Amino acid sequence: MSWVTGVGLTPFGKLPHSSTLDLMSEAARAALDDAGLERGDVDGLICGYSTSMPHLMLSTLFAEHFGIRPRYAHAMLVGGATGFAMAMAAHLVVESGAARHILVVAGENRLTGQGRDSAIQTLAQVGHIDYEVPLGAIIPAYYGLVASRYMYEYGVRERDLAQLAVLMRAHALMHPGAQFRSPIDVDAVLASKPIASPLKLLDCCPVSDGAAAFIISRDLTNPHKVKIRGAAQAHTFQHVLAAPSLSHFGAGASSADALAAAKVTLADIEYAAIYDSFTITLAILLEEIGLAPRGGAGKLAAEGHFSHDGRLALNTHGGLLSYGHCGVGGAMAHLVETQLQLTGRADDRQAGSPRLALMHGDGGVLSSHVSLVLEAA
Amino acid sequence: MNEPKKTRGWIDGEHAIIYQRCEQCGHSWYFWRSFCPGCGVSEPECLEASGRGQVYAASMVHRAPSQELRTHVPYLIVIIDADEGFRLMAHGESTLTIGDRVQARFVEFGSRLIPYFEKTDEPG
Repeated sequence: MSWVTGVGLTPFGKLPHSSTLDLMSEAARAALDDAGLERGDVDGLICGYSTSMPHLMLSTLFAEHFGIRPRYAHAMLVGGATGFAMAMAAHLVVESGAARHILVVAGENRLTGQGRDSAIQTLAQVGHIDYEVPLGAIIPAYYGLVASRYMYEYGVRERDLAQLAVLMRAHALMHPGAQFRSPIDVDAVLASKPIASPLKLLDCCPVSDGAAAFIISRDLTNPHKVKIRGAAQAHTFQHVLAAPSLSHFGAGASSADALAAAKVTLADIEYAAIYDSFTITLAILLEEIGLAPRGGAGKLAAEGHFSHDGRLALNTHGGLLSYGHCGVGGAMAHLVETQLQLTGRADDRQAGSPRLALMHGDGGVLSSHVSLVLEAA
Repeated sequence: MNEPKKTRGWIDGEHAIIYQRCEQCGHSWYFWRSFCPGCGVSEPECLEASGRGQVYAASMVHRAPSQELRTHVPYLIVIIDADEGFRLMAHGESTLTIGDRVQARFVEFGSRLIPYFEKTDEPG
């Protein structure tokens, strides 16, 4: 048993004059305040990585900077899946008794510190260094390849994917911290600059500055009773060429295992936080998990199914696509928003009073999968 | 064709697509290893592929990852199901679509030699 006792999130976007450590500190302080804890209460630290500040020992570096001396600490790297993987690790460590309050934190100034061009070049290395990278593929190209096949197999149209970008933007309009806060429609997505067909600029998440943090605790520290009820992972390949299938990536297996661990079913889920690096990512994950029929995610989005007042509210902060994506902190914003929803603290974005949430993150090109089930106790 | 090879083909600057096959379990794959990733047997065969296959996925890239490649955009990146039973990534002529039968040649791209696929009428 573990509790998500506190959450912290900075605005995403351009945050000039803030370093990786500055942003991590800001989110960590907010999470501690939210949990009602002092920094001396933290005895465990798990942090992500920063492409704008690569470091061999980021957790130790951050601990020193922030002024804590944890008895358990390390960093973690599984690409976009890192945020939820850290939550799962913290959950397991807390359950083991090795720590009482684990600070999980990540952030970086990827946009203003590293720059878009350099970030795109770094991220392209997710491809195979000998067999894929020499072909000039960027991350959106790997996802563009996946999208081309998925759309071919399930009859998905570019217009269907665009609905998911429109949905995330509509949600971001309601969050003051979101990077993008001007409305868009399907035509605007379809008319946006081509990046890697069938993906266009508005099908892709941005590069952002920002940070997020949460505290995973053995005991409650405040009235925010949100527990991690189940967690599971699936790692099926690294390179898109080695994917056994471009329609069954591992999200189905991972989420089914997390639901089984939580002893609930998909039908019990009342809020969803699903990784959305690209519109195709969100479509495939929703459909492979079973939250939408194959080829049907865009249609459900257009019908309001995933809106904050719909049947299953999804990424009500605006997701990576519109809240923004600062690396590891990107998916962690999904968890922060989920905790706010489960504690009834999501302001205008509050989606009723959900009790059970399913979260799913992926890293690489839908290669590494982590699913979490959170419950408002 | 299908003669044992000691290089990795175009990766090493040669006009060839090389794959590996395990004589023990029959598994074929593309990324070079000293053992079979299926059954673990060592010293798998290295073979030269025919260069024939079928388009499995395709994406027209409009944004290059580096300054060096920026002059080449847009270019079509394809995933090809090779007739020999493995999957590779390459470039292709801009009109290719999923399901097309294709044949490889080799072209310069940046400082590298890469496989480039064109449509063919030859059946699989």
